[in-house]
Amino acid sequence: MVRTLAWKRYNWRVIWLTLLYAVFLIGATYCFKLKLVTGLIAYAVASLPALPIVGIFLAMGRYLVEEQDEYVRMLMVRQILWASGVVLSLATVWGFLDSFDLVGHADGYYIVIAWFFGLGVGGIVNKYTLGEAGC
Amino acid sequence: MENRLRVLRAERAWSQQELAERLEVSRQSVNAIETGKYDPSLPLAFRIAELFELPIEEIFVSPARRSSKAI
Repeated sequence: MVRTLAWKRYNWRVIWLTLLYAVFLIGATYCFKLKLVTGLIAYAVASLPALPIVGIFLAMGRYLVEEQDEYVRMLMVRQILWASGVVLSLATVWGFLDSFDLVGHADGYYIVIAWFFGLGVGGIVNKYTLGEAGC
Repeated sequence: MENRLRVLRAERAWSQQELAERLEVSRQSVNAIETGKYDPSLPLAFRIAELFELPIEEIFVSPARRSSKAI
């Protein structure tokens, strides 16, 4: 991606959110391993690692709002569309395979991993279809 | 959309980077517009026209006119 000011701000936000995710994940794992939480607090602690990931989605939305270069913004929108298309297709296929007991049940957060993978696919498609202008 | 951006830029001996800086966009944007891979928004098209001090239609070729000429 082109390193615009908005892109740099987005990157910093993602770095901080990723660090926060690591802290929350380690903390939550520790709490559950030592059985320190129960009841409603357990739900809150289990949800904590998800919050920075939600934050990354918000940061992405913020980036689209802040990006002044319309072409660069369009590249990101294309990547997001590819990511969403990939993840929805994978989830649909997996859902049917799961319904017919042909594959094991997958944890919901794998959708997020697939979505980030889809962003990478979108980046490759941008590069492939737009050439030098697609990075 | 077909356009004369590359020609106009060459007439002024500007690199893509120089033009991008004058337009306050990325070099990739200029490249995409020049190669017809991206059609700029109306505000950006006006910025381009104002920079070159030309009417928009002297920079960008209307797709309708282009197809009627082809006929």
